[in-house]
Amino acid sequence: MAFITANWNPLGEAFYRKIELYEMGWSLRDGLKECLVAAAPYGGPIALLRQPQRPSSSARPQLEIYSSSGVNMASFPWKSGPVRQLGWTVCDDLLCIQEDGTVLIYDLFGAFKRHFSMGNEVVQNQVLEAKVFHSPYGTGVAIVTGASRFTLATNIDDLKLRRLPEVPGLQGAPSCWAVLTQDRQTKVLLANGADLYILDNTSCTPVTPPGLSPQACSIVNMAVSFSYKYLALFTDSGHLWMGSANFKDKLSEVDTKVRTPPKQMVWCRRPKSQQPSVVIMWDRLLLVAGECTDTIQYTLDEESVCVAELDGVRIVGGSRHELLQEVPSACQDIFKIASMAPGALLLEAHKEYEKSSQKADEYLREIKEQSVLGEAVRQCVEAAGYEHEPETQKTLLRAASFGKCFLSNYPPEPFVSMCRDLKVLNSVRDYTVGIPLTHTQYKQMTVQVLIDRLVYRKLYPLAIEICRYLKTPEYQGVSRVLKHWACCKVQQKEEPDESIAHAVSVKLGEAAGISYSEIAARAYECGRTELAIKLLEFEPRSGEQVPLLLKMKRSQLALSKAIESGDTDLVYTVVTYLKNEMNRGDFFMTLRNQPVALSLYRQFCKHQEQDTLKDLFNQDDDHQELGNFYVKASYKEKKLEARLSLLQSAVDEYNKARNEFAAKATEEEMKLLRFQRRLDEEKGEALLGLSLQETLHALLTSNFHKQAEQLYRDFRVPDKRYWWLKLTALAEKDDWEEMEKFAKSKKSPIGYLVCCLYNLYTKPFVEVCVKQHNKYEAKKYVSKVTPEQKVKAHLAIGDLEGAAEAAIERRSEGEISTVLSRCSPTTDRALLERLNRARSTAAKK
Amino acid sequence: MAHSVRRDAPELPDFSLLKRLARDQLIYLLEQLPGRKDLFIEADLMSPLDRIANVITLKQHDVDKLYKVEYKPIVSTSDQLCFLIRPRIKTVKWICDVVNTDKAFGRFRRYKIIFSPQKFYACENLLEEQGIFGDVTTDEWSFYLLPLDDDIISLELPEFFRDNFLEGDQRWVRTAGSALHLLHSVYGPFSKVYGIGRCSKMAYESWREQVEEGEQRARQAEIGNVFLIDRDVDLVTPLCSQVVYEGLVDDIFRIKCGCVEFGPDVTSSDKSIKVMLNSQDKVFNEIRNEHFSQVFGFLSQKARNLQTAYDKRSGMDIKQMKTFVSEELKGLKQEHRLLSLHIGASESMMKKKTKQDFQELLKTEHSLLEGFEIRECISYIEEHINRQVSMVESMRLLCLLSLTENGLLPKDYRSLKAQFLQSYGIDHLLTFSNLKQLGLLVEQQPGETLTVMESRVGKLVNDKTAGKLTDAFSSLSKKSNFRALGRRLNLVPKSDEEYDLRVPRDMAYIFSGAYIPLSCKLIEQVLERDGWTGLEEVTRMLNGHEFAVTGSNGSDARVKTDSQRIILVMFLGGCTFSEISALRFLGREKGLKFIVVTTAITNSARLLESMLDNHA
Repeated sequence: MAFITANWNPLGEAFYRKIELYEMGWSLRDGLKECLVAAAPYGGPIALLRQPQRPSSSARPQLEIYSSSGVNMASFPWKSGPVRQLGWTVCDDLLCIQEDGTVLIYDLFGAFKRHFSMGNEVVQNQVLEAKVFHSPYGTGVAIVTGASRFTLATNIDDLKLRRLPEVPGLQGAPSCWAVLTQDRQTKVLLANGADLYILDNTSCTPVTPPGLSPQACSIVNMAVSFSYKYLALFTDSGHLWMGSANFKDKLSEVDTKVRTPPKQMVWCRRPKSQQPSVVIMWDRLLLVAGECTDTIQYTLDEESVCVAELDGVRIVGGSRHELLQEVPSACQDIFKIASMAPGALLLEAHKEYEKSSQKADEYLREIKEQSVLGEAVRQCVEAAGYEHEPETQKTLLRAASFGKCFLSNYPPEPFVSMCRDLKVLNSVRDYTVGIPLTHTQYKQMTVQVLIDRLVYRKLYPLAIEICRYLKTPEYQGVSRVLKHWACCKVQQKEEPDESIAHAVSVKLGEAAGISYSEIAARAYECGRTELAIKLLEFEPRSGEQVPLLLKMKRSQLALSKAIESGDTDLVYTVVTYLKNEMNRGDFFMTLRNQPVALSLYRQFCKHQEQDTLKDLFNQDDDHQELGNFYVKASYKEKKLEARLSLLQSAVDEYNKARNEFAAKATEEEMKLLRFQRRLDEEKGEALLGLSLQETLHALLTSNFHKQAEQLYRDFRVPDKRYWWLKLTALAEKDDWEEMEKFAKSKKSPIGYLVCCLYNLYTKPFVEVCVKQHNKYEAKKYVSKVTPEQKVKAHLAIGDLEGAAEAAIERRSEGEISTVLSRCSPTTDRALLERLNRARSTAAKK
Repeated sequence: MAHSVRRDAPELPDFSLLKRLARDQLIYLLEQLPGRKDLFIEADLMSPLDRIANVITLKQHDVDKLYKVEYKPIVSTSDQLCFLIRPRIKTVKWICDVVNTDKAFGRFRRYKIIFSPQKFYACENLLEEQGIFGDVTTDEWSFYLLPLDDDIISLELPEFFRDNFLEGDQRWVRTAGSALHLLHSVYGPFSKVYGIGRCSKMAYESWREQVEEGEQRARQAEIGNVFLIDRDVDLVTPLCSQVVYEGLVDDIFRIKCGCVEFGPDVTSSDKSIKVMLNSQDKVFNEIRNEHFSQVFGFLSQKARNLQTAYDKRSGMDIKQMKTFVSEELKGLKQEHRLLSLHIGASESMMKKKTKQDFQELLKTEHSLLEGFEIRECISYIEEHINRQVSMVESMRLLCLLSLTENGLLPKDYRSLKAQFLQSYGIDHLLTFSNLKQLGLLVEQQPGETLTVMESRVGKLVNDKTAGKLTDAFSSLSKKSNFRALGRRLNLVPKSDEEYDLRVPRDMAYIFSGAYIPLSCKLIEQVLERDGWTGLEEVTRMLNGHEFAVTGSNGSDARVKTDSQRIILVMFLGGCTFSEISALRFLGREKGLKFIVVTTAITNSARLLESMLDNHA
């Protein structure tokens, strides 16, 4: 195993190793010389802006985008203004910060997405330096202008520019600066000569790093760790100060003995690191400095760029791409020469076992005696994760698997998930994909993001393969990838709509949770409306189709889809939209064909816009509803004239609707209103607004018999009704004389109406009288009642004997029983006997 | 009704969970507006809210004062106002006025609107139009279901009937779907769903959609089958006079949200008492489903029993007395109090209902249902109108006449309408237009012209459009076909047989043996047949839209577990207490348990009052 430690270099307690990730696939004539380079962390892409050989006006710089393995992804001449800085966002978009403060955003394949500006003031003063940084809020941009002012944008997707306060005594660019994220706030740390300042939103605070050696007169470079927790400063005296970013502690100070300002300085630290260390790069030299006074030095044979990672530093050169990191303790334990750690023993045991040597047993026994076999397996599994070479990974995993056989209840999950993770990692590390992720980074970044990154690179098959392999829930996995694929597919301008729609539906048919509307929206964004509509047809939730259809101005279709969805809110959305977009006539016509939308709109108008409602009915020639509308409006009208004119309109409309009944009823109402007004004026009655019957009643009780009589004739009130009214009114007034008179006088006009009306005019008399507790009066009329109702009438006035008499006379068993039930056994004994006798005789017949 | 009870009736699921869910959400929403605040509550949300969270609970969560929404300028001095309202334009408009007045006076407050059970786009749109969208925060209190009793759940949306069936405004359909979804996610999965009516179908579809969007979890089902029914499938039943105790109490005293206020004539004191009417009330629980004529006898028996229980005291020694006082006395006292209340109520009802008028009214109703002596009925109605007995009652009889007779003869239609207008005012012209639109009161159409045309058109165009056309036609000619349905389903038992109300033999007992409610009969038939097969003619007469869908766990439906025998019936547009009584009877007969979910408890008066358009 000695060869594994061949590239290890000790630094204090720890070892550092430099692994080659790729031999770069690009062929750069001059390496990285004269290039503006930006490489994204987490094995992201690399962008190069190559300055032209001879600075002449005609030659354009060339912008090239490569994967981490140097595979070309895009390349085009730069036609915009001079670029100060390149950077990558968290979503793998390229940011190009120009001298004039404009920031252009390109995707991985060099397609322009959008641009924004860092403020007007910048146009004048120019950007001197710029930095792209990542924080929990997303990707940010910081610039310093020619006027020595800093401007920050914490999240470029939600652009809010913050101009930071002035730094006292700063002329031009500071000697070095960095962006810090502390206490949920983004700050700038800058050095002007020997002075350090922290700039936040409101103030500029001078700070002093504790224990910085006094011989330094200027800080020439600084580096902030990946987590923003640590800070490294390099002074012109060649000292490297390391400490916490809040200036509370000092970790160490190392004299590098190099006085030239470094080209680049980055932290090289892993989580659970044994010591803090910084990688410093000069033209030909790469130096790793940690806690001890020693350093590791590598010579560089080409222009390189360092990329800080979560657990190390990647060094991208013209021909090679390497990873420099502290050797993780698990690997150290296993591979360190003459290590007796459990993992190392297990690996040895397995090796012997493969050779069919009995030594395997000895080693195993040794581990088991210390009862650290579990620990040994764990170490091997963990170490496998840290190794880059598949062969080494395999060896370690086999050893772990071998060790596991001798353990009874060792949980299988860590081993299985490590195998899975490594399979995924190895496939994305592949040269053609070129994402050199370490296991630590992968865990930090999550599978979701990895899938996203693959999708951005349009590596759909691999992404789907990984989703399936990891059994990611379809909704977050395969479906999501397919959706992106479809979104990309619809942008292929050369293919006809038909075939794209077909291809999309075939591929996406089975996948769950696909939102076709999003794909359609993308198609529409590329100007392919027809395709978008075709795709929307596949959307099962009609609710999702509506907003996009509206956007595409397919309002009719949107309306019918909204109605189909059964969601009235959606219908209403479309209706409101149509109302604003169309002219009235068209709008009403559209509604006319959609009853659901129409009734919804009517409901709305009833509450909000009465006049619109009228127009709506007019448009439809719905005279019936118009009539109703006027009648309703008349209720609200206080003035009689206006009320009458509204009613007249209603009459006209009802006539047009051939609703004669309603027309006549309304006319009569007008007549009644006029009549009431006249009487009100003449007699001071308050009749206006009463119904016909109420009017009559009021008149009769106030002794306006003549007027009542007139109404009765004019409105052809049925006789029965009039009689009822009159009787009630008279009874209410206790005007029994008048009633008697009335009963007698009017006998003849109803007399010829024979039995039925006779019944009416007497029976009610009884009831009315009883109601007024006037049994005496009532008795007068009992004799006039028809034979069938005599019993009831007698009972009504409480005349038991009379009732009994009548019942017996009529020989009706039922009636006798009714009377019987009303008799009390104590007081009416004689009556009871009579009735019982009569009943038995009636029953016999 | 202790007789004929099948002992193995399954246990009902516990619906108090719904209350807890609603309360927790409300408290959460109130806490979203930290600090002291005044709460404005929409009038018809007050009683439901009372069932969910009392004043103390609200005060515990920083509610300072409670106000009823009265559409008047407010007098609150609080800096934070919270409005708990139904999503109605009128109320939102009022809130806009409140906010704008504050603005005009330069007063700064924080406003929060909580819509229950959901917000509508129209409301938010209004806020935007009035320029206060940024000033208020809005939230939804998804309080869809209020359990009124062990087996009654109400959506408390009385406007559902008018909005949906008259105005054609379908916005509540989704609400009904969501309510069903809530029940499904808590007590489901359902094994089979039946339904009839357009609105039911839409509610079903809306629910399915929500199920598909959400996650599925396998659970122990607590509810077996579901039956959805539109109110306009059966309009006859709610228009009949109720004679079962609970229905009668509702008709006379109006039960509001499971609670009734008995006036001085019942309590025989000078103040009114509010009483909760549910199965907790032991006396009520035993008489609620009884025909009114049986109630008095039952109550006096009960009184005697109570007396015997009290009398036990006489022969007791001290120890026995102690246990009696500590254990029984309280229960007896409670029972005593309730008994006297219900006796009072019965007396008061007796006074009203045993009168001649009521007997005649019932006789007329029964004649109408039987289709017997129609002319006499018409003259009775005429007299009723002429005597201005009661506007709603007159209208009810008119509607009943039209529904049972498949419309009025043109001559009768005109004369009755004219007399009605003379009696109760011309403004009822609009009410009549509403009744006509809904098919409650129509003129008889000469001949069968529509159906002929329909079939001819149907042949000409393809299926889908034909379906739509049929829809259009059917809404034009809302025919009740009551007679034919009555014959086919045997709704009206032969009148010559004596009906013993003490031992009811079928659901007709709820209408004194004169009529089996169509809605309940349909449910019975469909459950018996496990679908609509054999009922094709019936569904055709009811304008179709019937469906029967087997749910996810329908395969094991044959295994009759307890939950399989729990049937959820959802009335879209309201149901009456009589129907609930009928279903309870059916449940006892068949060993099933019915849970009634309704958009609101309705009765003839409420139903017709919602049709009125005579007010400004």
